[in-house]
Amino acid sequence: MSAIIKTEGLHYTYPGDEIETLSGIDIEIEEGSFAVILGHNGSGKSTLAKLFNAILLPTSGKVTVSGIDTADEARILDVRRTIGMVFQNPDNQIVANVVEDDVAFAPENLGVPSAEIRERVDDALRRVGMYDYRMHAPHLLSGGQKQRVAIAGVLAMNPRCVVLDEPTAMLDPVGRREVIETVTRLCRENGMTVVLITHHMSECVGADRLIVMSEGRIIADGAPREIFPHAGRLKEEGLAVPATTELLYTLREAGLDLPLDALTVEECADVIAQKLL
Amino acid sequence: MDCVIRIEALSHIYSRGTPFEKVAIEDINLEIYKGQMVGLIGHTGSGKSTFIQHLNGLLAPTTGRIFYEGADIFASKTATRDVRFKVGLVFQYPEYQLFEETVYRDIAFGPKNMKLSEAEVDERVREAAQFVGIPEELFEKSPLELSGGQKRRIAIAGVIAMRPGVLILDEPTAGLDPSGCEGILQNIVDYRRKTGSTVILVTHSMDDAARIAERIIVFADGRVAMDGAPEAVFSRADELLAMGLDVPAPTSIAKALRQKGLSLPDAIYTLDQLRDAVLALAGGGGETC
Amino acid sequence: MLKDITLGQYFPGDTVVHRLDPRTKLILVIVYIAALFIAVGYVSYAMMLAVTVSCIAVSRISPKTILKGLKPLIFIIVLTALLNLFYTGGEPIAQFWIFKFTWEGIKQASLMVLRIMMLISGTFLLTYTTSPIALTDGLEKLLNPLKKIKVPVHEMSMMMSMALRFIPTLVEETDKIMSAQKARGADFETGKLTDRAKALLPLLVPLFVSAFRRADELAVAMESRCYHGGEGRTRMKQLRMHSRDAWALILGAAVLAATIVMNVYGL
Repeated sequence: MSAIIKTEGLHYTYPGDEIETLSGIDIEIEEGSFAVILGHNGSGKSTLAKLFNAILLPTSGKVTVSGIDTADEARILDVRRTIGMVFQNPDNQIVANVVEDDVAFAPENLGVPSAEIRERVDDALRRVGMYDYRMHAPHLLSGGQKQRVAIAGVLAMNPRCVVLDEPTAMLDPVGRREVIETVTRLCRENGMTVVLITHHMSECVGADRLIVMSEGRIIADGAPREIFPHAGRLKEEGLAVPATTELLYTLREAGLDLPLDALTVEECADVIAQKLL
Repeated sequence: MDCVIRIEALSHIYSRGTPFEKVAIEDINLEIYKGQMVGLIGHTGSGKSTFIQHLNGLLAPTTGRIFYEGADIFASKTATRDVRFKVGLVFQYPEYQLFEETVYRDIAFGPKNMKLSEAEVDERVREAAQFVGIPEELFEKSPLELSGGQKRRIAIAGVIAMRPGVLILDEPTAGLDPSGCEGILQNIVDYRRKTGSTVILVTHSMDDAARIAERIIVFADGRVAMDGAPEAVFSRADELLAMGLDVPAPTSIAKALRQKGLSLPDAIYTLDQLRDAVLALAGGGGETC
Repeated sequence: MLKDITLGQYFPGDTVVHRLDPRTKLILVIVYIAALFIAVGYVSYAMMLAVTVSCIAVSRISPKTILKGLKPLIFIIVLTALLNLFYTGGEPIAQFWIFKFTWEGIKQASLMVLRIMMLISGTFLLTYTTSPIALTDGLEKLLNPLKKIKVPVHEMSMMMSMALRFIPTLVEETDKIMSAQKARGADFETGKLTDRAKALLPLLVPLFVSAFRRADELAVAMESRCYHGGEGRTRMKQLRMHSRDAWALILGAAVLAATIVMNVYGL
């Protein structure tokens, strides 16, 4: 599998800041994978996301997207059409008064011919389950619906990867579920590479890969099952672990020999039941 | 227990008489008791936001009455104006309301509007800042320079500084990371313990409610659907799920365990309870601290 | 209260008025306004009223909505009525204190009030039946020739369409901030003018701060979706004139011509 995003020795300091926000990030995001970047507020995860699509450029080091250097000014549009970004605030991403007009924004910017834009918009809206709302006014939609429209807006560019920066932070549980289900489906059914930045534990469980950040560095990188068992370490970082892991951890401390990598409710119940019945 | 707020047949209809007419809440009858920690739960559109804005007089009822310590808060304009200092309401994302030049002055806004003396205002500002963990070194800074978490605390302090008998917080942990959530919840618990105020926590997070509430009120479709102790409410997990609400994670795990044949007590909603119950089944093996 | 503002809102529909090209509608509004000012007598006003009412009827926008749109401007309407009522010359038919009522005054006042109401309704009909994107597209196309003299036509139309998109969102936000400040005892209603102006600070500062933040986030979101100005932009919905546009323009021209003629004859 090829790497869609690759960073090499990436450092970033915000202009005017004294301390580095990112201190040496080296990662590769593989095509078709579902990666979650986890970290407390201030760990640098949002900054990293903005470096992926050239909103920010490295202070030192390099970021390549599908082989293109993000610092290459001449190819900035190619970078941005490959990596679609969805942000935290559902309202501050929607520019048009009608859903389908907003989804058309990106292909219009790219000079795509009129008829093709229509196809892309309809397709994107169907993929996020918002086709029936295409003539609605965005400000009347729920948070989860707005975010799905934002995702559709990005899909209309035919990107190879979608990066979502805390997309559920401002949503209620229903909206959160809608968004996570949508992106999981996009990855599993359409082969879209998904990078999800979050601090909600429940959203990590279905991911292929978990990258934990702290103070501008990557402190853990692997499958969720490998990482969550290190609950103590994660807690030190101001993060929590899923309730399932927490339970198994405390039961283990109390003397029950249980594996720590049963993440979902079903798996967790299974291992406990097996032990006790 | 003393009743601090009594709500009688409260209903509110938006845009009455227009094609956009909407019944937000209908026939709400509740008694909130002094010093209680209440968790108010309901999905978006259940009417809980409309409801809480009646308790401090911001919205007027279409029908029904509300009594604070026995007095009808809508009896006169003065009464309605005064109740907002007795029932403090912290909205969602309160950090977006900060407007003063310094932290001190923003927290002082509420007490100042109560026409208190400078000395009184000062005392309250310092007290409130302490409750939320804002150190005095930050008093002269501009709120806009500070982090999101700090801004939120300042906004909450601004309401606490009015020394309301009842504090209502609408999703105080929204958008915060786990340690941020933890911090704010702890502040709320401590605040209640020290002041004996009544606290109503409006939240989507079942886990937050399960952890700190003594009483859970569930709103659905503009009405009170459930009202009782956490044990009682969370044992009706299936009903909650059918309403489109979540249940606390420990409750889901307990449910799955019961399905696999383990007999656990009915009302499990915290991790501690679950752990104890599982250990009890394991023949009391292992120490619990 | 704030929720009643129907300014800038678009009511989707499938009527002939909705389906007219936005450029046609923009031109017709200008023609309409010109005709309104050229009209002098009862006959021409009656004709304009008929035109206005039939346009509203065809567009299926409810009269209630039109009236709601007039509400915020009631002050101007009343002021116009009063000024015309008392400052038009002529023989007084009644007197009350220092105010003289004359037939001419009454006639002028009614005609002016009618004119203002038609002016407002007609213009609002434009925004009610044309989506903001179509409006700004139409405006952009009409003003395109100005690009040759370096007028930033695309940027202006982008700014306009986004301003329209955010009106309901900003209204909601204003409402929320007001409620939050009222919950801390802020008083927006009582007190003398200087007090009330000061009282607006807790409302305006957060609004401005949030507006800047919003603009920042929007810019990042737009650039992430490859926005790079007007160069090379295509449109999903392309503006195309149809026969109905030709007919509408001809009708508009006819009405204008009629008012000019009637003006000459004092009708």
